[in-house]
Amino acid sequence: MDPRIPNPVRSAIEHSGRDDTVIVNIGPSHPATHGTVQIIAELDAEKVLRVDVHCGYLHRGFEKECEVHTWHNLIPYVDRLNYCSALINDFAYCDAVERLMGVEITPRCRVLRTLLAEYSRIADHLTCIAAALMELGAMTAFLYLVTIRDQIYEHLAAVTGARVTYSFGRIGGLAADLPEGWLVRLEQILVDFEEFTGRVHKLVDRNRIFIDRMRGVGTLTTAQAIDLGVTGPLLRSTGAARDLRKDTPYLAYADLDFEVPVGIQGDNYDRYYVRMREMDESIHMIRQLVDMLPEGPVCVDDRRCSFPDKAAVYTQIEALINHFKLVMDGPEVPAGEIYTAHEGANGELGFYLVSTGGGRPYKLHVRSPSFVHMGAAGLMLEGYQLADVVPTFGSINMIGGECDR
Amino acid sequence: MKPGATIPIVAAEKRGGFEYLSTKKDELVGWARKFSLFPYPFVTACCAMEFMAVSATPYDTDRFGAALPRFSPRQSDLLMVVGTVTHKQAPVLLKVWEQMCEPKWVMAFGACATSGGFYQNYAALQGIDKLLPVDVYVPGCPPRPETVIDAIMQLQDKIARQQHLIFNERF
Amino acid sequence: MGTDPLATLAQALPAEGASLSAGRDMPILQLAPERLLEVVRLLKLQHGFDMLSDLTAIDWLGQTPRFEVVWHLYGTDHHRRLRIKTRVTEADPTVDSLVGIHGAARFMERECHDMYGIRFRGNEDLRPILLYEGFEGHPLRKDYPIDREQPLVALRE
Repeated sequence: MDPRIPNPVRSAIEHSGRDDTVIVNIGPSHPATHGTVQIIAELDAEKVLRVDVHCGYLHRGFEKECEVHTWHNLIPYVDRLNYCSALINDFAYCDAVERLMGVEITPRCRVLRTLLAEYSRIADHLTCIAAALMELGAMTAFLYLVTIRDQIYEHLAAVTGARVTYSFGRIGGLAADLPEGWLVRLEQILVDFEEFTGRVHKLVDRNRIFIDRMRGVGTLTTAQAIDLGVTGPLLRSTGAARDLRKDTPYLAYADLDFEVPVGIQGDNYDRYYVRMREMDESIHMIRQLVDMLPEGPVCVDDRRCSFPDKAAVYTQIEALINHFKLVMDGPEVPAGEIYTAHEGANGELGFYLVSTGGGRPYKLHVRSPSFVHMGAAGLMLEGYQLADVVPTFGSINMIGGECDR
Repeated sequence: MKPGATIPIVAAEKRGGFEYLSTKKDELVGWARKFSLFPYPFVTACCAMEFMAVSATPYDTDRFGAALPRFSPRQSDLLMVVGTVTHKQAPVLLKVWEQMCEPKWVMAFGACATSGGFYQNYAALQGIDKLLPVDVYVPGCPPRPETVIDAIMQLQDKIARQQHLIFNERF
Repeated sequence: MGTDPLATLAQALPAEGASLSAGRDMPILQLAPERLLEVVRLLKLQHGFDMLSDLTAIDWLGQTPRFEVVWHLYGTDHHRRLRIKTRVTEADPTVDSLVGIHGAARFMERECHDMYGIRFRGNEDLRPILLYEGFEGHPLRKDYPIDREQPLVALRE
């Protein structure tokens, strides 16, 4: 090995205990490990005996950045945690700050946030399933799903201005309201979605090869999952109906009628199917939310966190000072701490905020589901074949930004 | 010759026939190389979403000949660094780049690969040009697929204008 | 989170080294570091707090003891949360590891050690997880400057 280039990690598997095993390095620059996870595996022919998972290759110092930026400035950073479903992160963070400040969001904002969160969840599951299927070789399914995802991105760009990382949530509301005709286009996309996922179901669900590769692979029991802190679709695939949207409802989930799909064995096939069913449930929720969307302002009229009207900023001195203070010093959040958990696309996404008063956080910690799932990944990979590493890892849906923060 | 250095066409002595042949050879080889780029997607972060989008419909990179990713550095010629490169990832990136054979080009995809993005802290490398020579920078966080396609086309123009030495240092 | 479960919980706790209070969003349990393992085991086996949601630390620079380690527990059946806090000093930032009770603690403790330097007695694997071999210091401590980079490979220009 070139002595100029040092090794950033120290493996727990330095020597194989036996003569007939090989130690293999998978990643971190590997298409199936989403480019940021290194798996050092000890193999006995094709069977994986031991595994050492190394994450942290995308650690971008998010929590340190939090201590030098104002509460508002952090919204773009928060977006880039789980970048597949960026809106869920936005709203979870804004919710945590709003609870700490004691700000109540408007009814329209509540329903809109729920709608956009579910929409983002669909985009995340589409990405996960598309990538997982592509890694198995099903390019057609990948192209179908990414086509729909692209339509969703363009549609979200119409309201937020960006395709992937939106920075749309604001403390006390949203950045903007829906444009004309957005809801009409939404229904069109949902109809297209149902057609495309129908095709994917037909191609993949009862496909002999797919079943052989995914059934019984990467199994996890509910007891193991809860012990390892696993939540979200991974926990639900083991048979446990745990969903923060039902268990500890927030936003508008208490008013919605939806089911929580669960799997049977906790293997890859179940995880795939649970995600597909969750997307169907999300669509059902979106349709209900469109029907119950009330009129009204989207930002709460609270001078502590919402920016005053631009016309007022240019003409009245109080509005100008308010705007200036909010931008330069950040909204005043009273001293205290709070932990808010939302159901992200991967599981329990928690924000632990510690404030000592003032416009900047004292500390902000993200409870990231992907990071905890990396702890559980070893259990799901050991004992299976080397070729199973790819689909199992794909079905865990490790998002680098969220895992490493 | 430094690896990765681009060689501008320099008018040397007037040699008539040799120069004509050499220019035509450069045009032919440049045409062949630019339309058959094999990217190595060194994908790390959020830009991956736009990378997937630009490889699929409706933005298809296959139209530009740059669709087939090769996941081995020995078989690829365009290193697309997609997403933030941290100091932990830097040795890996350097290793991958050094394993690629000439001719090779590097595309810095996204604000983080270009300059570190808004992660100005202890963990992120402030731009991959602190590590390797970059041929084309794609701004955006993440860049729209059209921006990426524009970058590929600009890179293709650059490749077309380069001098391609295939036999020795002069031809 | 009514007062009834809170009262039952308060009665079950050991008399000294543990004090329960109602926080703004969930009950907060202040513990002395020696009481950690027995209380967490009690909470898991008898009070249904079967999932360790989160583990982190806070650096109160200027205060003694300097570090506060924070655990969040969640009960998947009764859907209640609990925050446990304890303080450790800068000179000996050591606390017991929860690896034997909650498997999720393994990676979380590695991260806490990486970022703050808190040592977990009982977790033998405290290798850097988010940072890399050769990184000196603990970045989330308040006295670590945000832009002190420690590159692994020599940088150009």
